[in-house]
Amino acid sequence: MALGFRFDLEELAADTIMLNMGPQHPSTHGVYRAVLTLDGEKVVKLENVVGYLHRGIEKLAEDRTYPQIIPYTDRLDYLSAMLNNLGYVQAVEKMMEIEVPERAEHLRIIMAELSRMASHMVMIASFSLDVAGWTAWFPPFREREKILDLFEMASGARMLPAYMRIGGVASDVPPKFFPALERFLDSLPEMIEEVKGLIVGNEIFIGRCKGVGKLDLETALAYGVTGPNLRACGLAFDLRKAKPYGIYPRFEFDIPTLPNGDAYDRFVIRLLEIEQSARIIRQAMAQIPEGPVQAKVPRAIKLPKGEVYHQIESSKGILGFYLVSDGGNKPYRLHIHSPSFVNLGIMPKLAEGAIIQDLVVIIASIDFVMGEVDR
Amino acid sequence: MGELTDKLKEVFPEIEPLEDPWVETVGVPATLLPQVVQELRDKHGFNLLNCLTAVDYIDQGAIEVVYHLMKVPEAEEIRIKVKVDRDRPEVPSLADRWPAANVQEREVYDLMGVIFTGHPNLKRILCPDDFSGHPLRKDFQLKSAGGGE
Repeated sequence: MALGFRFDLEELAADTIMLNMGPQHPSTHGVYRAVLTLDGEKVVKLENVVGYLHRGIEKLAEDRTYPQIIPYTDRLDYLSAMLNNLGYVQAVEKMMEIEVPERAEHLRIIMAELSRMASHMVMIASFSLDVAGWTAWFPPFREREKILDLFEMASGARMLPAYMRIGGVASDVPPKFFPALERFLDSLPEMIEEVKGLIVGNEIFIGRCKGVGKLDLETALAYGVTGPNLRACGLAFDLRKAKPYGIYPRFEFDIPTLPNGDAYDRFVIRLLEIEQSARIIRQAMAQIPEGPVQAKVPRAIKLPKGEVYHQIESSKGILGFYLVSDGGNKPYRLHIHSPSFVNLGIMPKLAEGAIIQDLVVIIASIDFVMGEVDR
Repeated sequence: MGELTDKLKEVFPEIEPLEDPWVETVGVPATLLPQVVQELRDKHGFNLLNCLTAVDYIDQGAIEVVYHLMKVPEAEEIRIKVKVDRDRPEVPSLADRWPAANVQEREVYDLMGVIFTGHPNLKRILCPDDFSGHPLRKDFQLKSAGGGE
């Protein structure tokens, strides 16, 4: 050879290195840690490390009365607290066979869908930020602020409302609530257009996200992925339609699906879902009757002996409450099946072979909340 | 007893139908679990392992591992219960054929101390690695970290 020495590419290949990402990392969205094995820029292996936010909510629940558990459910997925409230109180009501008053049912739907929107808005905003789309942070957060204001009117709290009660909701909404809700819904299309203009059609965004973190339907189901992430793989599966709870059968709405299962589709599907949630809220607003917001329930709530598994379509997928009662005023066992925990299980699979820069996009597109992962 | 239970019982006479007002429930011996799940998945289309958890029945000296399977998108459900001895709680792992079981089995191991035999990476997931005991067991004593009672 001209250079006078020979080298073997195999021998020159550098060793893999380990890199720790998180738990304090701006793009891990909370205290999530990934231990990466890298070959150059390529991820060879990813190991999930979770549990930093484990508060033992399931254990604590065994020592609390049924109504006392409601505030704990707020702290699961703290971005969509109302949905957690709903899942829990409906599980208890199912066992007690309580009929919830009509007005309360409507208020619940409105709050649940607002919560879903708020959660999706955070996802859209933070995803944009993760790919350096700073401008697109503002429109979703501006609108989410209005949702939090609505929650404050109804419950007094913005993020952790603990608004729902066994048999109804804590209190009726004040007179200014519905006009404010109307104004919010009127301003929503503008936000969606803004995000579409700034991000969805943006060449850089498309370049970063199209085809990244691709997930096919079969793998998604095998890993137990549910919610918008599953619908972005092309399957129209939504518990609100497939196994309706509350008064969802009364409303007309579509289940948006997208075919590709990549990070881009997982982003866009959430925008589409926000539009559907708005549709549901408008119908609920039109139909809501006057009347009480709380059913008559015993002062000391005791559940009959038995068990129930109640699940709802939360903002991130199937949220289930497995409740076992021994006949007392506290649960014998309460297991919370959290969609984020299961969805996060797919990370090692999606990260394998990805470039390290794409990893940030993949994490953002899965949209998990550590409060719900760690419980 | 539901239709599905009947069909299962034809193939596996050992399974035991259990009463539940909402969902078809069957009790399955631990050794038979992988076959029953395989049957449900391949022949009956239960393609989603929805929820995997465990309950400690200390009075009976048993731990019950509870599986909720779902058929997607029809949302049909079945619940499988596997009762094991509290002192030697061993259940075959489903993680190698059903990846959704991987993290959930780790959680049940961590919090309830059930050993899933054949699991590729059975270690704690929510509690720290050096934690001792399994907090969701009924005889686990709660105490404050600050040295108080």
